[in-house]
Parts: sequence; structure tokens; C-alpha cells
Amino acid sequence: MSPDRRQFLGWGAAAAAGTALAPVIRLIELAQARSPQEAASALQRWGLLIDITKCADCDECVTACHEENGVASLGRPATDAQWIRKVGLRDKRTGYAQTLPLMCQHCEHPPCVDVCPTGASFKRDDGIVLVDKHTCIGCRYCVMACPYGARSFVHEAVSGQKADVPRGKGTVESCTLCVHRVDRGETPACVEACSRDGGKAMAFGDLNDATSEIHRRLKREPSGQIRADLALNTGVRYQGL
Amino acid sequence: MASIQYREIEGRSGAYLALLGVLGALILGGLGAAWTMEHQGHHITGMSNRIVWGTPHVFAVFLIVAASGALNVASIASVFGRELYQPLARLSGLLALALLAGGLAVLVLDLGRPERLIVAMTHYNFKSIFAWNIFLYTGFFAIVALYLWTMFERRMQGYSKRAGLLAFVWRLVLTTGTGSIFGFLVAREPYNSALLAPLFIIMSFSYGLAIFVLVLMASCRWTGRPLGELVLKRLRNLLGVFVAAVLYFVAVQHLTNLYIARQYEVERFFLLEGGVYTVLFWGGQVVIGGIVPLALLFGTASRRAIAAAAACVILGGLAQLYVLIIGGQAYPQLMFPEKEVASSFFDGVIAHYAPSLPEVALGVGGIALALALTAVALKVLPFLPKSLADGDVEPAAA
Repeated sequence: MSPDRRQFLGWGAAAAAGTALAPVIRLIELAQARSPQEAASALQRWGLLIDITKCADCDECVTACHEENGVASLGRPATDAQWIRKVGLRDKRTGYAQTLPLMCQHCEHPPCVDVCPTGASFKRDDGIVLVDKHTCIGCRYCVMACPYGARSFVHEAVSGQKADVPRGKGTVESCTLCVHRVDRGETPACVEACSRDGGKAMAFGDLNDATSEIHRRLKREPSGQIRADLALNTGVRYQGL
Repeated sequence: MASIQYREIEGRSGAYLALLGVLGALILGGLGAAWTMEHQGHHITGMSNRIVWGTPHVFAVFLIVAASGALNVASIASVFGRELYQPLARLSGLLALALLAGGLAVLVLDLGRPERLIVAMTHYNFKSIFAWNIFLYTGFFAIVALYLWTMFERRMQGYSKRAGLLAFVWRLVLTTGTGSIFGFLVAREPYNSALLAPLFIIMSFSYGLAIFVLVLMASCRWTGRPLGELVLKRLRNLLGVFVAAVLYFVAVQHLTNLYIARQYEVERFFLLEGGVYTVLFWGGQVVIGGIVPLALLFGTASRRAIAAAAACVILGGLAQLYVLIIGGQAYPQLMFPEKEVASSFFDGVIAHYAPSLPEVALGVGGIALALALTAVALKVLPFLPKSLADGDVEPAAA
């Protein structure tokens, strides 16, 4: 066998192995992710850890979220939906300035879920707080109840919706923690964008999983919750606040 | 007790038909407004993501609160055994039903998805005060209807007192529920107080009686039925007590807040620096809704003064709910103490709100619906006594 021929066979074998392995690797990925039929489990508690000392003066997270979820501005700031926003803080005495992303805090005891008359506002077993778009009647009581101003009411017809993210005029919506991505074993769009193009301030993970980065950091480092006085046990935690 | 004779109103005069015509036009205006809001979306209103409950809620809550209060006259008659109020009990029950219907119509038509009302009737989250209220409101309709039946049907009159007691307890629970919609909102400093439930109950006494007095005076006058001083004097004194009690509860609410450091800024907003809300609080709620009616009720004895006082109570009540509902949302939520907060979502600033035409039209349509239902019912069934002259209502007291 000439070396050329041997080389060709080697490449061919490698390519064949690669082609055969890729689906296997994908299968392992899929096996690890939750199947659509499988219910969310209380063994997990999804959450975010946001180090605002690293939070850059950018809005990569906001852009990525709204792109991912098909939330487009209609040029009417008072009524446009915002699933995540950058909030600027300035200390009243010293002027010390900070900035942080604010979104649904995915509380363990969410006031929005308590007040919803139809149960459209609900919390999955894994801690993600969502709105069932089929049973939301648009009463906006959840918007009144949310301590974080995290919810938006859809004030007009929406277009350009994403297949994974149903939206509709006359209902309430908020950050879903990119539940469609989480269920595929991915991280939320804001976290991905912050890690790629922002200040690498956001981490996503399972607060219950002792081996996860987020759990280990929460165990080692100081962190806090916004309006901790309400004892809602938020899934989103902040550092440097 | 003299036997009271009730009679339907004739309802054939040009004035009656004109009244129904005007009310009908206002109802159509309200329906048109609701249709436009649903079709275009709420962005055509003054509401926003910061002020999600606007003028329709002011009218709806006013009507619902007044509905339970309008029943008081009947309760005083059958629960507390004051016979002077007995001839007024049927009208009291009717107004309770009509006002609640008007208020609920506004509330439902302001929903983002009003066509999903059936969802609200079939899916319940029993931790939600709204869900309780669905039962409290429908139960109120059923119980007051039953109560009216015991008043109308001679064979059932023996049950009137028991039905009245049930209705009275139910209405106290109902208004507790309405007040608690706001009282249980832990995340908003202007609400978040158990005091709101009793405050709403005393507000309902006041608003409901004010509407009752005006409807009674108008229907007696327009149908030429005598309305004696005896009845009016009692109603006047009662209204005065209720107006004073509302002022008392409001004073306690604000004094409590003034003692809590965390609430200083809230009080500064409402009492001093809140712009339109401060003006409405002092000018509308306190002066027009409180001091002026007290002066009119206890300072002069004329019928015109009583009617003017009742009208002032209604205006002051609308101002009070505007301050509470809209002012309470305009005041920014406290998330970061000791920090100035700014964002594209209008965090940290007083939210802007101006009532829009569709919102006002919807609210006024609800009032028109309540009045139209009352006017039609007065023609169909004998709700009004033939005479409320002093000699006819309580010969013993006359």
C-alpha cells in the first residue's frame, strides 16, 4: 500500500469515526438535558449570580435577551416590554455609582404567583417563574405585586415572535430565565452574551448542585438579594451590591 | 309600623326616556372605548408598565366599594331593626346590585383579555385575593337577590332578617376583600397596610350612602313622591358620621406612616411634594370629600345642601381612589435604599400618568350602566314607596 493510499484511508477512517461520533456526542448531550416530556424537578433550583463589580457599562445582556425572546421596542418607552434592564445606582451621600442588570428574580415565594387569580403566573418545580399565556387574563395584579418591577404588560400587538417564546397582546410577561434554552441544557442568552461580549459578570447554574460553579461561589463568597427584607428567597443573587 | 305601599314608577314621561337615552349613549361610549382599547391595545390609554391600573380601576373600585355601602340602609332596617329605614330597604338592595354590576363591567372590560373571563371562572388560585373576590362578588349578587326576594314576597318576609344578616356579613367580607387587594401588596410602600380593609369598609359606608341619598332624592322628586324631613334628617346625620369616620381613618393611616422612618418619603410624596396627587389629596379628598360635606350637612338644613354634600362625597371619593390607586403606583418602588436609581424602565422616578379619553369613557359608562339598571328596575318592580312623608314612614316617631 502506498503511503498516499494509507494516508487517504486514515483520513477516511477519521472522518467516518467523526461522523459516527458526532451524533453520539449529541445523544449524550440530549440524554443529559431534560426531555420535553419530563417534568421539571425540584431537585434543581436554577438561578443567577451577578457580580456587579464586574458589570460593565454595556447592555449586551439586554440586547441578547430581547433578541433571543423576540422582544422588540416599538419606540414607546412607557409601554414597551422590557424583560431585563440595566439600572444605574448612585449613592445619595457619596455619589458612588454602580450599574446592574435587573430582571425577574425567580423568587421561591413569588408574590406574582400568590396574587394571580387564574394561576397563570406559576413557578416550576425547578424555581423558574413563568406566565401561562393561555390562562393570563391581563388583570395586571402580578405587576402590582412584583417588588422588582420585573413584569411588562403587552400593550399592543406583537410581531416577529420566536417559536419557543409565545407572546401576546393583553397578557403579562417577564424574564423566563430562557427556559427554552435551559431545558435544552444551555445557559440563558443574557449570561452567554455577558460572558462573550460583556464584563463576565453573570453566572448561571443550579443553586442546589454542590458541584456547580454558582453553588461553590455562593458558599465561598458574600452575596445578597434585592429586597432581602421581603424574605422571598430569590433565585437571582448579586455580589458587590 | 305603618304598612308601606310600594309602586313602580310610571316611566313614560319624556324626561324618563331622555334620561335613559343619555345613560344609553354613555354606556355605548363606554363599550366603544373598551372595544378600542382591546383592539388597539392598552398603549392608547394613559396606562403604562409603571401605571398598570389607571382611571378605569378608579371608577371600578369606587362603584364596587359604593355597592356594598349602598346596602347599608337595608341592613340598618333589617339587621339593626330601625323601622324608619324599612321603606328604603328595597331601593338600597337594588342600588347595591346595580352599582356592583357597573363596577364589575368596567373591571372586566379593562382586562387585557376580557374574552377570557371564562378562564377566570374556571381556573382558580385560591391564594389570590382576586380569586376570592370572584366568589365574593357573585355571592353578593345571589345573596342580595335573595334578600330582595324576602322583601318583595310576602310569604318570605319572615326570612328577611336572616337574609339581611347574611348580606350584611357578606358585604363586610366583600369590602375587606376589595381593600385587601391593595392592603396585601407587600412590595409597595403606599399600600401594604391592614388598615386598608377597615378604611375601605368605612369608605363604602360613605360613598354608598351618598349615592343612595342622591338617587332617592332624585327619584322622589322626579316622580312627585313626598320625601319627608324625618327620613332625610336621619340620612343626613348618618352620612355626616360616615364622612367624619373616613377622615378619621385617613388621618390614622397617615399618622402611622409619619411615625415609621421607612415611610417618611411616601408621606412627603402624598402630603407635600406629590404634585397632582398632593393637590387631589388635600383639595379633593380632604376638603371637597370631607370638610365641605361636613359643613354642608351640619351647618345648614336645606335639601339642596344635603344633595350638594352627597355630590361632594362622591367627587371626594373618586379623588381619594385616584390618589390611592394611581398615586400609589406613581410613587417609585423602593429597591435600593439610599441610592438614586435610574433606568430605561423609569425606575426611581415618579411615573407619569394622564387619564385618556377611552379610560374616562369606560369609567363613566360603568356609572351610567349602574344608573340605567336602577332606572329600568324602578319601572319594572315596585322598589320605591308611594310616600316617604313624615306621617307615612314612622307614625310613632312623627
